[in-house]
Amino acid sequence: MTHSTTEPANFTGAAPKAGPMLAADGRPLKKSLARALRRQKLRALMLVAPLLIFVLVTFIAPIADMLFRSVENQIVSETLPETVMALQEWNGESDIPDAAYDAIYFDLFTAAEAKQHTRLGTRLNYEQTGISSLFRTSGRQLDDIGDDVHDALEDINPAWDEPAPWYQMMNAGDRPVDTALLDTKMFDMRALTGEVLEGDLGFAPAREVSDLLPRTAAAYTSWAIYTALVDGDIVAEEDPWESVFAALASDLQSGADVSGYSGPGADMLAEAAANLDALPAVDFRNVMVGIDEDWGALENWQTIKLYSPDYTPGYFLNSVDMQNGIDGAQMRPENERIYITLFIRTLYLSLVITGSCILLSYPVAFLLSNLPARSANLLMILVLLPFWTSLLVRTSAWKVMLQQQGVINDVLVWLGLVADDSRLVMINNQTGTIIAMTHILLPFMILPMYSVMSTIPPYYVRAAKSLGATNWTAFWRVYFPQSIPGIGAGSILVFILAIGYYITPEIVGGTKGVFISNRIAYHISSSLNWGLAAALGTILLAVVLILYWAYDRIVGIDNVKLG
Amino acid sequence: MSVSDIVITSTGKKDPSFTIPVIAAAGAFAGIFVGAAQGSTLLGIVGGAILLAILAFLCIEKLGRDGEKMARWGILALFAVGGFAFGAVAGLVVGLLFGWFFGWFIYWIGFNRYRAHLVPYLTPGQVLWHYSFRVICGAIFVFLITPIIVVMPLSFNAEDFFTFTPEMLRFDPEGYSLKHYRDFFTNPEWTSAVWNSLKIAPVATFISVSLGTLAAIGLSQSHVPGKRAIMAILISPMIVPLIISATGMYFFYSKIGLVGTYWGIVLAHAVLGIPFVIITVTATLVGFDRSLTRAAANMGANPVTTFFRVQMPLILPGVISGGLFAFITSFDEVVVVLFIGSAELQTLPWQMFTGLREQISPTILAAATVLVSISIVLLAMVEMLRRRSERLRGMSPG
Repeated sequence: MTHSTTEPANFTGAAPKAGPMLAADGRPLKKSLARALRRQKLRALMLVAPLLIFVLVTFIAPIADMLFRSVENQIVSETLPETVMALQEWNGESDIPDAAYDAIYFDLFTAAEAKQHTRLGTRLNYEQTGISSLFRTSGRQLDDIGDDVHDALEDINPAWDEPAPWYQMMNAGDRPVDTALLDTKMFDMRALTGEVLEGDLGFAPAREVSDLLPRTAAAYTSWAIYTALVDGDIVAEEDPWESVFAALASDLQSGADVSGYSGPGADMLAEAAANLDALPAVDFRNVMVGIDEDWGALENWQTIKLYSPDYTPGYFLNSVDMQNGIDGAQMRPENERIYITLFIRTLYLSLVITGSCILLSYPVAFLLSNLPARSANLLMILVLLPFWTSLLVRTSAWKVMLQQQGVINDVLVWLGLVADDSRLVMINNQTGTIIAMTHILLPFMILPMYSVMSTIPPYYVRAAKSLGATNWTAFWRVYFPQSIPGIGAGSILVFILAIGYYITPEIVGGTKGVFISNRIAYHISSSLNWGLAAALGTILLAVVLILYWAYDRIVGIDNVKLG
Repeated sequence: MSVSDIVITSTGKKDPSFTIPVIAAAGAFAGIFVGAAQGSTLLGIVGGAILLAILAFLCIEKLGRDGEKMARWGILALFAVGGFAFGAVAGLVVGLLFGWFFGWFIYWIGFNRYRAHLVPYLTPGQVLWHYSFRVICGAIFVFLITPIIVVMPLSFNAEDFFTFTPEMLRFDPEGYSLKHYRDFFTNPEWTSAVWNSLKIAPVATFISVSLGTLAAIGLSQSHVPGKRAIMAILISPMIVPLIISATGMYFFYSKIGLVGTYWGIVLAHAVLGIPFVIITVTATLVGFDRSLTRAAANMGANPVTTFFRVQMPLILPGVISGGLFAFITSFDEVVVVLFIGSAELQTLPWQMFTGLREQISPTILAAATVLVSISIVLLAMVEMLRRRSERLRGMSPG
């Protein structure tokens, strides 16, 4: 098709008469060819595209999501937005600032109303044991101080118990609106509830009031957003949260001058300010420490500060038995280290399994590749049948075989090789995992070895022997080096498959024979520490991808053969 | 005539001073087990050696080749009766096996038949190694196949045990029953599991085969930019550990509301099956002659017609065997289902897995036997397709 191409010289104008060679439609041949090639490329890509998109969406995106989850940590700043800000200036060593206590009271109150505080408690409990119960018990007692203020205010003026005066006082109406406050609270509430929160709020905080009573306005705005957009009630008709009362008392006690205020509810405020002594003293440090003295403990605050950024290396540190401290990462105490041991055990068992697969596969592959085709095909069925049999069938078969009352022990007892009262323990330990997984992965070793060995020409060994090599020398110096690619391909494949195994260790591995995968599954379904599961998974994935890359370089991914 | 029928080295009677000790040693070895099972290992060894030495002497020296048929039947009968006397029906079966083996073994050793298919210049050591090697390989094949064989008779157990009961070993019909199969086919837990698997696997297979075949055809053309990277991505579902795929899918699918739904599982299984389709179809396309499509185009066929009338019939064996792989992947998959499935969507492997972990019921073995039968059928189909494909592409004369 392309046997006649024009010389480049023809295009330079040196020989104007010759001109470029033309295709049938009058275009220059070179352009025509390039176009055909481009079309061909495009067509090939269009054939690949649907599948590529499918795999990217259903497989690669989930993996990427998992990678993201291993560092993601927005839960702290979403649940305690003000506290995170208040702790920014704190160095982690000195006394905890008052602003932090202020902030955490309101953050925790809102979170408790939205039932999100226990979720955060669980999250922080992964890093600091005990925080979970601190959050849970505090969530129940935050109302108490507000109740006291509420009662006291009601004694001063019963109108404080009505929703309407509150609404008139806080709502902007014709007055200027504090849009900054509204936007901040809206953003925080969206982050906290994880909902879009759209609709008619029916409320806007008055700037006048928020300047005068900042805490009260903030607490009331949070409540209003929650009431209107989450619960779907009308702001003007509902009683505010107790936190609003606590905020008012706190604002008044910290010296808010209400005399200059003349908007709605001015007289009520003036009355309350006049009777300041009747209100219980609201100091949020005392409130929080009163609820639980652990709020005075430095390490709980350090944990909150450490995990306040949106992204954290904490899960990765946990998965290598380290923990994030205020002075940087450090190793966990000896008795809490489990993951390094587990990673080492996973690697060690995978190596043992790969090794025993090599030992068992080599003779079989050798035999198969040296037998006449018909016998080889028959024996091949014995290799392929396990390969095609359900993994669970093979695992249950091994459970049947290896149990103490199982087939192997029965046979050994029957033969008199093992006494009835000293049956071998071959299951729920590493032996069980190694035996069962070697059996399950054996075909993945035999097949690549066989395909390499059947291409080794027999005359090299014959030549070596005729030159005087002994059988062993001929095998070791001539045959074996040629079979190494098969061993390499099989080993990487088996190792990759073994390192991520879950089902078989789970059933025959007991506690000593489980892999890192089993721990990941445990964190997903039982302990619900998804971030740690994602971090462990990411490390495992990195190991597998390095091996995959090596496999691609050594064997070539399109050289994988099945059956 | 197959190669194994060709006699390379002439056979003939061996010197009895070699053969009789060898056979006696084999008898002693077998005697270890018989003796241990009956209480005295030493007696077994001595008895086995003496018995086999006498039998070998009689067969080789007295009866010779002419009396071979009679001698072998005689040995068979002797062992059968002896076995029955020691251990009833089970003993009879063992006796028959021993009798058949030793009848054959005595003549095989005694008349030098073991050298018949070997080249004459091998030293005795090499001959010994040749057969030891085969015994080793045989042991590995036994290791490969025994677990699969063992579950079959156990699934007919009349008791709820995972091991052979004395009744079963006596071949007592009362030791066997079909009750686990009855449970498997009538218990709604199992039937709905089978039904779910059957609803999920074909749809997942269809998606992987249709998308996978197109992509494999696209990838097999020359000049695909980024071919290696695309291939690596498409094969990755096979390489990435299932637990990681399952974790990622659980996170991601729960965001888009696919967790616990039928389509969630179908999509997950489809993507797990894709590497197998890509690998088998690509392998088939390696031998595909491109000039055929050009010839079709030359004669006026449009690309669609060319694909369905020329290319598809030729690569069909690869496509079908890729489909079978994808089907078995979905049918056998449990980790992803455990994570993104729901109680109503329990598949057969899920049911087996929870059964193995929690309540141990031999119904699992009935299910296993059914699955093994299915895999035998699938294996036979793939093997047939492979041969057909090779024949179509002229790679083997068969």
